[in-house]
Amino acid sequence: MALPFVKGRSDELIFRGGTGVFAVVLIALVAAIGVELYRQSLLSIREFGWQFWLTDTWDPVAGQFGARPFIWGTLYSSILALIIATPIALGIAIYISELAPVRLRRPLVFLTELLAAIPSIVYGLWGIFVLVPIVRQFEIATPEWLKGVPLFTGPPLGVGMLAAALILSIMVIPFTSSVAREVLKAVPQAQREGAYALGATPWEAIRMALFYARTGIIGAVMLGFGRALGETMAVTMVIGNNPQITWSLYAPQYTMSAVLANEFAEAAGDLYLHALVEMGLVLFVITLIINVISRSFIWSMARQKQSRLVKTAAIKAAA
Amino acid sequence: MSPVQTPPPSLKISTVPRDARAEHPVGIEVEHLNFYYGEKRALEDISLRIQSHLVTAFIGPSGCGKSTFLRTLNRMNDIIAGSRAEGKVLIEGRDVYAPGTDVVALRRRVGMVFQKSNPFPKSIFENVAYGLRINGLAGSRSELHARVEESLQSAAIWDEVKDRLHDSALALSGGQQQRLCIARALAIRPEILLMDEPASALDPIATQRIEELIYQLKAQYTIVIVTHNMQQAARVSDHTAFFWLGRLVEYGPTDRIFTNPAEKLTEDYVTGRFG
Repeated sequence: MALPFVKGRSDELIFRGGTGVFAVVLIALVAAIGVELYRQSLLSIREFGWQFWLTDTWDPVAGQFGARPFIWGTLYSSILALIIATPIALGIAIYISELAPVRLRRPLVFLTELLAAIPSIVYGLWGIFVLVPIVRQFEIATPEWLKGVPLFTGPPLGVGMLAAALILSIMVIPFTSSVAREVLKAVPQAQREGAYALGATPWEAIRMALFYARTGIIGAVMLGFGRALGETMAVTMVIGNNPQITWSLYAPQYTMSAVLANEFAEAAGDLYLHALVEMGLVLFVITLIINVISRSFIWSMARQKQSRLVKTAAIKAAA
Repeated sequence: MSPVQTPPPSLKISTVPRDARAEHPVGIEVEHLNFYYGEKRALEDISLRIQSHLVTAFIGPSGCGKSTFLRTLNRMNDIIAGSRAEGKVLIEGRDVYAPGTDVVALRRRVGMVFQKSNPFPKSIFENVAYGLRINGLAGSRSELHARVEESLQSAAIWDEVKDRLHDSALALSGGQQQRLCIARALAIRPEILLMDEPASALDPIATQRIEELIYQLKAQYTIVIVTHNMQQAARVSDHTAFFWLGRLVEYGPTDRIFTNPAEKLTEDYVTGRFG
């Protein structure tokens, strides 16, 4: 039987097989990175076990390696950046998608996307020469009554957690706002009209659109968080690189990616090297966990029928 | 007021005596209305009077401007960038396009139901409560509950949803969603209800329920309905306006429009020769 679609079906098989291989390769790659990180950090893992995660001393000379201050620095700076960036990014997204005059939209989109195109190192330089002095002035001007608050203790150095969080938030804004914008664009106009028809003000109609898009909005925020966690160069340049666990925004601190960038090239001794690779492994695991949590959160909310469109848009924008 | 007994829709036209219609005062007066999307003129010099407490149907082929015209009545077109209206739309003698008109207050008085049901992704209860909340219309919890129930009953959906008020509105069937949207519109007690092809996405049974509902609601509301289904216009409406290419071709009592139209164009359309 020479059915016309038989040949087409074998093509189909090749196509499926080929794309399937790519998908498997991708998963294998992620697994391979994990395995390799593990293998290259075995010495440190054997030596310190869980203590690596839980102790504070980082002393290459004495052979003592504890990652806790770095984990703290990474999470603290990223969460601060998230707190600063989220309202601004959502504001930008709302303005562009809901309020801005049509002829202003394209330039605004272009400008926010331009922010994402600036190399990290340039942000770092700008941070050192512009942001840090400003932060320092601000820190010097701290009123006495504020100095008792743990957030504002310490000498006004300029470099430190505050500068790092600020620069991170600037770097995160374009990502969060562009996903949020795509998500808002995917909200059916009928939802806004439904609200308007009931006597909603523009702000109330926008709130309804935001509510409709809440799943995607959370995705946008999480995407920003993921970016902030891994960001290295600019943070390294302004955070002060001093491993300590403190709430103080003024204190120099350290992040996992920063210590890798700073110390990897000159790490002497196998244990030191393995400890650094284990730091990489920790960063890998933490970002993986954050991603899994955010995805499962999004998926659980996306089970509601309405969010499907919005989720698709979020995925599209994130890609 | 005694409850309105719904007659079979097909019998309805003959049950409304012609003379009774004249007693209804004018609800909406439109004078020389032009409407533009950018440069394109979508409506040309429309003038008509819509009487209150009657059902007025707008018919015409796709793109004839009937939906656009409906949306000028509560200024829903305002949210379309680059659109512009000229002329007057008087509701109770006041021009809704006059400067200084409170559009939010206007839309509260002129409710709207859309072609595709658009419930909010909230519970059934919250969908109906939304308009009450944003307009501050329900002072207490009990009042809110009472008005939500009353609205759901008016929209003939109460019995189907009373046991699952807090389930998602999106779990309802298409016809139920549309009646929920009607309940939502009724909750804020508008005087005029605009319906933009409210049954076009529904199956015949759900459509019939909507039509019965329209018949019941006209005792309390002035209803304007856009439809591309001529049988539906004939069944539910008292007056019919026929639009073609952005112009109002003919307007009059529904039975006359369908049985004895004055314009050749109208006759061709209602007899199915085009459209």
